[in-house]
Amino acid sequence: MKTPTPTPASASALTFLGMPTAPRGVGALRGDEPFPQAARRALADTQLRRNIANATGTIRRKRAAVVGELDDWAELRAAGAAVKDDVLAHLDQYLCQLEEQVTARGGTVHWARDANEANAIVTGLVRATGAQEVVKVKSMATQEIGLNEALAEAGISAWETDLAELIVQLGEDRPSHILVPAIHRNRAEIREIFLRRMGAAGGVPASPDLTDSPAALAEAARGHLRERFLRTRVAISGANFAVAETGTLAVVESEGNGRMCLTLPETLITVMGLEKIVPTWRDLEIFLQLLPRSSTGERMNPYTSFWTGITPGDGPREFHLVLLDNGRTATLADPAGRAALRCIRCSACLNVCPVYERTGGHAYGSIYPGPIGAVLSPQLTGVADNPSLPYASTLCGACLEACPVAIDIPSMLVHLRGRTVEQAGHEHPFERGVMKTAAWMMASPRRWSAALRMARLGRFLGRRRGRITLLPPPLAAWTTSRDLPLPPAETFRERWARRTEGGDR
Amino acid sequence: MRVALLVTCLVDGMFPDVGQATVAVLERLGHQVEVPLAQTCCGQMHINTGYRRDALRLVRRTVAAFEGYEAVVAPSGSCVGSVRHQYAGLAAARGDTGLAAAATDLAARTFELSEFLVNVLGVTDVGAHYPHRVTYHPTCHSLRMLGVGEAPLRLLRAVRGIQLEELPAAESCCGFGGTFALKNPDTSTAMLTDKIRGILDTRAEIITAGDSSCLMHIGGGLSRLRAGVRPVHLAEILASEPAKVA
Repeated sequence: MKTPTPTPASASALTFLGMPTAPRGVGALRGDEPFPQAARRALADTQLRRNIANATGTIRRKRAAVVGELDDWAELRAAGAAVKDDVLAHLDQYLCQLEEQVTARGGTVHWARDANEANAIVTGLVRATGAQEVVKVKSMATQEIGLNEALAEAGISAWETDLAELIVQLGEDRPSHILVPAIHRNRAEIREIFLRRMGAAGGVPASPDLTDSPAALAEAARGHLRERFLRTRVAISGANFAVAETGTLAVVESEGNGRMCLTLPETLITVMGLEKIVPTWRDLEIFLQLLPRSSTGERMNPYTSFWTGITPGDGPREFHLVLLDNGRTATLADPAGRAALRCIRCSACLNVCPVYERTGGHAYGSIYPGPIGAVLSPQLTGVADNPSLPYASTLCGACLEACPVAIDIPSMLVHLRGRTVEQAGHEHPFERGVMKTAAWMMASPRRWSAALRMARLGRFLGRRRGRITLLPPPLAAWTTSRDLPLPPAETFRERWARRTEGGDR
Repeated sequence: MRVALLVTCLVDGMFPDVGQATVAVLERLGHQVEVPLAQTCCGQMHINTGYRRDALRLVRRTVAAFEGYEAVVAPSGSCVGSVRHQYAGLAAARGDTGLAAAATDLAARTFELSEFLVNVLGVTDVGAHYPHRVTYHPTCHSLRMLGVGEAPLRLLRAVRGIQLEELPAAESCCGFGGTFALKNPDTSTAMLTDKIRGILDTRAEIITAGDSSCLMHIGGGLSRLRAGVRPVHLAEILASEPAKVA
C-alpha cells in the first residue's frame, strides 16, 4: 500500500489532467434534447406543474422550520464544507485508507474508472453468485451508470425497493428528483401504476380494490416488496457516506426497505461515487444533522444503517465495494468547479429552485436535475455534452442559500458558462457575434453613445402602440410574452451632458 | 461626500429618469454627484453569459472610470453585485493581478442605492411623498448577493402618503436572469406569471424594485396583459416630492 503525501492544490490538479469524463452511450447523465426544449414540454404538463409545486412547497416549509430551530446551522454548514474540502484535497489518501479498512474487515474493493467498468464489475459479481435477480437500495450512483439496464442485458432482473423508485420502475418512467424520484406523480397516478404493473412485473399484484390513500398504497408496496426481500439472495446499494478510518459504509433512509436489502441477502454489492468519503466517525456527526434537515426536513431520518466489512453469522456473507469515478476526477481537476463534489445529494437546492419548481427534473436530461445537476452533470460528462444546463438558471442564488455544504452553485454556473463558450465548436455563432459586437461598442463611450442613438430607432417600432410588442432576433424571444417600453428620446448621458454644459450644477 | 453615479447601461439607454432620480435623492441629502462619462456597461451580461474575455475589457473600463471616488452608487443591486462579487475573481482568473487589486478596491467603495442610503449614510427618511398603493419586489441579487435586507423597505416605509402592500412569495425570482429570459423564454415566462399573480393579489398600482432590469421584465409582462400596474424604480419613489404651491 502506497502512502501518498499531501500535494499542493496546483500539483494535484495537474495529476488529474487527462482523466476521462463519463463515457457516452451508457448511464443517465445526458438528455435527448437541450434544456429549453425539454422545459417547454414539461411546462405544458399541468399535472406535473401542480404535483411538483405542491411537493416542493411542502418540503421547503418543513426544511425552513427544522433548519431555523438550530442556532449553530451556519457553523454546521461551514464544518460540512470544510470536511468535504479536506476529503477532496486528500482523496488519494482517504481512498487508499478506505480500501485498506474494507479489505481488512472481509470486504472486497473494486475500482471502476467509468460507468462501463462499474457495470461490468457488478454484472460479473452477480453472475458469480448464480442469481438471476437482485434487490436494490435507492442509489443515485447506480442510476447514474445505468446499472439496471446493464443487468437486464445480462439477463438479471433488478428490483427497486425504495417506494418512489419502485413507482418509477413500475411506471417505466425516469426519476425526476434526487430524493423523491416520483415527485412528479400524485396518489391517483401511483394507484394506477400499482394496479396495472405490480402483477405484470412478475411480483405480488395489487388488490383490485386498492384506493389511493397513502396507507393503502404503502400496504400494497409492502406486500409486493416483502416477497422480493425474502426471495432474493443479492442486494445492490449505493452509499451516503463511507468512513475511511474504519471502512464503514452508511445508508440513510426513511422506509426501512434499504435495511432489509442490506441485511437479508447473502451478497451485498455497494456502488459508491469516490467522493462520498468522510475521514472519521466524528465527521458523521455533522452530516447526520445536515442531511435529514436539508433533504426531508426532518430532525433525524428514521433509518440509518451502518455496515463494516462482513460479520460472520450476521448479514451478508460477501461484501463488495465498487468505487466509481465516472468523471469525478475530471471534475476535481477544475479548481472553480470541484466544490460540486461536496454534494451530499440532499436535494435542498432542487426544492428551492424556481426553475426546477416549474420544469421538474426530466427537463434536465440527467439523473441529477436542478441546480446541483446543472453544475454536476456538465462536469461529469464534459461541458460539450451538456451545454444548455449551465444556462438553466436565473442565478437567483436560492440554491446557494439552501445548500448544507455551501456549494456556490451560481458562481459555478457562471464559470461553466465560460467554459461552454470557450470550448472549441461552441454552437451559437450568432450569439457570439452579438456578444462580441456589444462588447466592442461598450468598450468605447463614443461607440456606446452612437449605439444608444441607434437604439432610439426602436421608437419607430412601437410608434403606433406606444410600446414595442415585436422585436427582431436576437431579442425576439423577449416579446413572446413581454412588451418593451419605447427607448427614451434622450439617454441619461445626453441629459447629463446638457446639464453640465448648461452650468446647471 | 463626493459620490460617483454608476448609472448602468440599461438606465442610461432605456430608463434615464431612474438615473436622474438617483442623482436627485443624493443631491437632496447634500451630496455632490458626479457621472464619469467614461463608463459604459459593467460587463455583467458578458460575464454571466460566459463571455469572460469580452467582459474583461468592460471590467477594466469600469474600474478605471471610477478610480478615486470615495463612493460609487448604482440604482441596481445586480450591477453592484457584479462589481463586488465577480470583478476581482474574473481578473485574477485571467492572471491580471493589478486589475484584481483595483477591482477589490472598487468593490469596497461601490453600493446599491438603498444600502448606501441606509447602511452608509444612516438615512431612512429621504423626504419623499408618494401617494400610491405600492408593492415591493426584492430582486434576487440585492437580496441574496448583496444582502441589502430590509434597507429598501425601511426607505419605503418612511415615504409619506405611500400605501405599502406586502408581496406574496416576494423572494421568488421574477424569471428575468439576464440572457436567461432569451435563452429560456418559456421557463422565464412561467416564473414571471407567478410573480405577476402575486403582484395582482396585492391590488397595488405600482410595482417597485431596486433594479431596472427586473422591473423591465415584470413591467413588460404587466404591459402585455394591460394589467393596470406600472413598474417604478425605488429611486423614482424616493425622489418624488410633494407638489409645491406656486
